[in-house]
Amino acid sequence: MATETMTINMGPQHPSTHGVLQLILELDGEIVVKATPHIGFLHRGTEKLSEYRTYHQVIPLTDRLDYLAPMSNNLGYVLAVEKLLGITDKIPERANTIRVIMAELTRIKSHLVWLATHALDIGAMTVFLYCFREREEIIDIYEKVSGARMTTNYFRVGGLSEDLPEGLVDEIRKFTESMEGHLETYEGLLTGNKIWQKRTIDVGYISGEDAIDIGLSGPALRASGVDWDLRRDDPYCNYSEFDFEVPTRTEGDTFARYKVRLDEMRQSARIILQGLDKLKPGPILADCPQVCLPAKKDVVNTIEGLIHHFKIVTEGFKPEEGEIYVGTEAPKGELGYYLVSDGSTHPYRMKIRPPSFVNLQALPQMVEGVLLADVIATIGTLDIVLGEIDR
Amino acid sequence: MSKQVVEKLKEKFGALVLAEAEYRDETTVTVERGEVVEICTYLRDDCGFNFLSDLCGVDYLGRAPRFEVVYNLYNITIKSRLRVKVLVEEQDPRVDTVSGVWSTANWHERECWDLMGISFNNHPDLRRILLPEDWQGHPLRKDYPLQGPDREPYQGRLS
Repeated sequence: MATETMTINMGPQHPSTHGVLQLILELDGEIVVKATPHIGFLHRGTEKLSEYRTYHQVIPLTDRLDYLAPMSNNLGYVLAVEKLLGITDKIPERANTIRVIMAELTRIKSHLVWLATHALDIGAMTVFLYCFREREEIIDIYEKVSGARMTTNYFRVGGLSEDLPEGLVDEIRKFTESMEGHLETYEGLLTGNKIWQKRTIDVGYISGEDAIDIGLSGPALRASGVDWDLRRDDPYCNYSEFDFEVPTRTEGDTFARYKVRLDEMRQSARIILQGLDKLKPGPILADCPQVCLPAKKDVVNTIEGLIHHFKIVTEGFKPEEGEIYVGTEAPKGELGYYLVSDGSTHPYRMKIRPPSFVNLQALPQMVEGVLLADVIATIGTLDIVLGEIDR
Repeated sequence: MSKQVVEKLKEKFGALVLAEAEYRDETTVTVERGEVVEICTYLRDDCGFNFLSDLCGVDYLGRAPRFEVVYNLYNITIKSRLRVKVLVEEQDPRVDTVSGVWSTANWHERECWDLMGISFNNHPDLRRILLPEDWQGHPLRKDYPLQGPDREPYQGRLS
């Protein structure tokens, strides 16, 4: 009997490809012979656009990369610009601590969406609803600090755009303390669940060596036994003052990645609570008038403030010629910014190293030879966001 | 640490290391374009740079050679970074692929070809990645207009 493989098209309009990802799958029955990802449907030319904007004007573009973790993208970018300017050690303590708190809330938020959609893809509907309930609380916190629910644009070169509003510290604390109980709920629904185990254990396996070779980073790499976290190994902000663990596992399968991300949420909660205890009153912007925007009350009340604001908004600042690379631990992996300055007010070249782009590259080797249904589980476990893949 | 690596590189490859620079505690070495695969293999096997964080092209229009390909390497064992660069001429924008050294370079090089127009010799799958296959031109080049080639330049303010 003659047999032949069948080629089918999955996406870009497909709920479980997590955005506009297209996969061309060559199938032998239900077994995947070859998977070819097609990306770029959401390409907006962020890198090109940034070459025509001042350094401050690029910050809102970064929100729209990984739109599930906008603050992490902001953070990576402002850290890169600060390094380029050489003002990294001038950032006030309070600004650094708030950055860490927000970055960790963002990690929880991003992991919640990952868990919700991953579980929904595999058929566990309830978790989805619970996760989005908690995510909503983080979005409310976002809204209170920045005015926006999704595209926060909260961090500034040199510090923050605004201080935390009154009463928010208690709200963040209340939410963070409740997180442990929520995580137990999710685990109660999934970890011991036979269907969940069948769908995740030994699915989408990748060894530590292969994972490094293909460039996986973040939780996906740590689930394959590689103990590497930029928050601990290449500390930025004031992460070195925090006490936290880096969860790792050695199995390298979907279940291991699930456990690593859940443990990461616990560690994030731990970091946030430490950060809230550390928080002392103080300035939220570095004392670098050539770079930092003046406080809003000065802009509207004094002529000097207005001139200062006008100067920075219309002209911008000019870092000296040079190039730097800053890698940060975003929820999905290493988010890197490579910035080249030619001494003008615009970045000469900005290259973003999006973790999802590199992680997605591992998909074909993880799904070739497995069942079609496991492709869905593997896309979910890689935790990709097309906004940052396509940029 | 990265400085010692540069010394080691110089010892091993001599004149193939064209330049080194230090800026904000980051080390950059510029190496000969033709030998990049050999040098990268040495960096991976003997210096421990097992992780290619990023690879990209930069267009220095008006300078000769016009392009640079930049490799941001990371050593996961001892947590250190190194930047390697090769210079690429406008007339012959080609570099040997390093996807045999780090598989992750595959998509990075496709992106570099797609957006910057630098092609990679012996690449297993050099197709456009972000733009449609029938796209003309390479948008990240400095002589490619922001609005696209077939539109009137934007008259308003950009910044």
